[in-house]
Amino acid sequence: MASKVIHAVYNDDDILMHAVKEVRAAHHHIEEVYTPFPVHGLDKAMGLEDTRIAITSFMYGCLGLTVAIVMMNYIMIQDWPQDIGGKPSFSYLENMPAFVPIMFELTVFFAAHLMVITFYLRSRMWPFKKAENPDKRTTDAHFLMEVGVHGNEDELKNLLLNTGAIEVTVTEKDE
Amino acid sequence: MRYTFSNRLKIGSFILMGVGFLCLVLGFLNAPSTVEEAKEMVAAAHGDGHGDGHGEEASHGTEHEADYMAASGHASKVDSHGESHEAGGHDSAHDEHVFHQLQNRPWSALYVAAFFFFMISLGVLAFYAIQRAAQAGWSPLLFRVMEGITSYIVPGGIIVFVILLLSTLHMNHMFTWMDASVVEHDKLLQGKKGYLNPTFFLIRAAIFLGGWIAYRQYSRKLSLAQDKADDNKNFKLNFRISAGFLVFYLISESMMSWDWIMSLDPHWFSTLFGWYVFASMFVSGITVIALVTIYLKSKGLLPEVNNSHIHDLAKFMFGISIFWTYLWFSQFMLIWYANIPEEVTYFVTRIEDYKLPFFGMLAMNFIFPLLVLMNSDYKRVNWFVVMAGIVILFGHYMDIFNMVMPATVGENWHLGVPEIGGILFFAGLFIYWVFNALTKEDLTPKRNPFIEESRHFHY
Repeated sequence: MASKVIHAVYNDDDILMHAVKEVRAAHHHIEEVYTPFPVHGLDKAMGLEDTRIAITSFMYGCLGLTVAIVMMNYIMIQDWPQDIGGKPSFSYLENMPAFVPIMFELTVFFAAHLMVITFYLRSRMWPFKKAENPDKRTTDAHFLMEVGVHGNEDELKNLLLNTGAIEVTVTEKDE
Repeated sequence: MRYTFSNRLKIGSFILMGVGFLCLVLGFLNAPSTVEEAKEMVAAAHGDGHGDGHGEEASHGTEHEADYMAASGHASKVDSHGESHEAGGHDSAHDEHVFHQLQNRPWSALYVAAFFFFMISLGVLAFYAIQRAAQAGWSPLLFRVMEGITSYIVPGGIIVFVILLLSTLHMNHMFTWMDASVVEHDKLLQGKKGYLNPTFFLIRAAIFLGGWIAYRQYSRKLSLAQDKADDNKNFKLNFRISAGFLVFYLISESMMSWDWIMSLDPHWFSTLFGWYVFASMFVSGITVIALVTIYLKSKGLLPEVNNSHIHDLAKFMFGISIFWTYLWFSQFMLIWYANIPEEVTYFVTRIEDYKLPFFGMLAMNFIFPLLVLMNSDYKRVNWFVVMAGIVILFGHYMDIFNMVMPATVGENWHLGVPEIGGILFFAGLFIYWVFNALTKEDLTPKRNPFIEESRHFHY
């Protein structure tokens, strides 16, 4: 089913931020905002839920730390015991300082890479995917706000023009 | 808006000073004045296990033994020393060494606390100079708070200088290289004599303190003059002198750490020691800025300081805690890995005799802030920041404790009356001085060119 939406185009992130607040104050539902760069505080202004990606990042970090510990224990202590720094203790704990850089690096590696992959999956992005943004200009210098129309087209148009939109168009959107 | 020193806080600071002073006096009175007294004290502390305990001690790091042999001027006896211990005999050199350590204890307790609180204001001064030199937009609202804290650099610096002066006058045995009879028998110290001698040591200390205090007073003057001026001349001049000060500070702070702390172990050296001490003072200073700001905010002052400012300070607390750990570990790992006797003795004594403070400090300075301040939202919750801040401050006190005590009192350390007295006394003095300085001027700078940006700062 196709639904009617209004596209309001802005050319400044400050004006956009104010517009978002006004539109929300007038109780209209903002479906999406397309911006050429991340606009600080936009998520809060739109009333989006807080991201939980930091939690996944923490868990991936813990996983990386565990992998590093298990791996170094297997390689350096169990499988082929090494005399590290002339101190042949053959104990993981006593040789731990030598493994700290690896533990640190793998923690960061796992946290960073898996977080990025999670972000792509959650945002439903993959290579060769067709772009979702309705207007190419939002990849350059313009900002686009998409608002759902529910029989209040004229009122909404006026409101959006008053918030500083340089262009307001009504389009059909394919679900 | 101007702060008025609340009576409760003022009386509290006086009580801290009074109790701390009594504890320090008690510590000095309890220190032994003769070798015999020292022997009795050790015997009482060790109980029946006395002889056995000494047998174990004899097998500790040889460098440590050699250190104290040198300290008591009997370097030639080093070889026979260990054996005489095993035989259960009490070498007179050993007794004299323990005597010196016990005498050092109240002095070290005084020195650690004096240096710790002085270091907080010096760390804040560095932070303040960086804000000035970077022309930071978020922090001008906090400038008066920082200036209040750095005011303590004057009394704090003078007290540290007096302690160092008394050390060169042989009032204590904290710095063994100051003893001419030790240097006479010590080839390494003879080689360092050109740098490590009491006169040059005091001259350097005077230059460092003079430079820091001069910058602090001049920058404060310009900062106040900016509020009354009708152009930005004062602000620009402050920017320039702050940039110049940072150059002076980085060199002088590093040398200060060699002089005032590293030379307590005069045979040992570490090339990143200056950075390590810097990280400690930087994180302690930022923590105190956050604590004082939160306190003033809770009194309804500083209404324009929002939770984004607190968030930024907490981010610094978190980040510099990790920076400190990075430096601590870099120093530790290289020495541990290379295992060169003259270097590794530093950590051997600390792990053998200071296990709890040594590892406890790591937990307080790294693991605790890492876990507590990691979450972004927690950095805006005031009581979370205060709780983390108190643990960080205590952790960095322990850090200084671990830097100083093993060299001055060895295994005869306690966290007892003189140590707690030192903390209380200097905490009281610090609180009194800082909050008194805060009452002098309005808490918000009026004409700082970035004040508007700072007001609207939001994360």
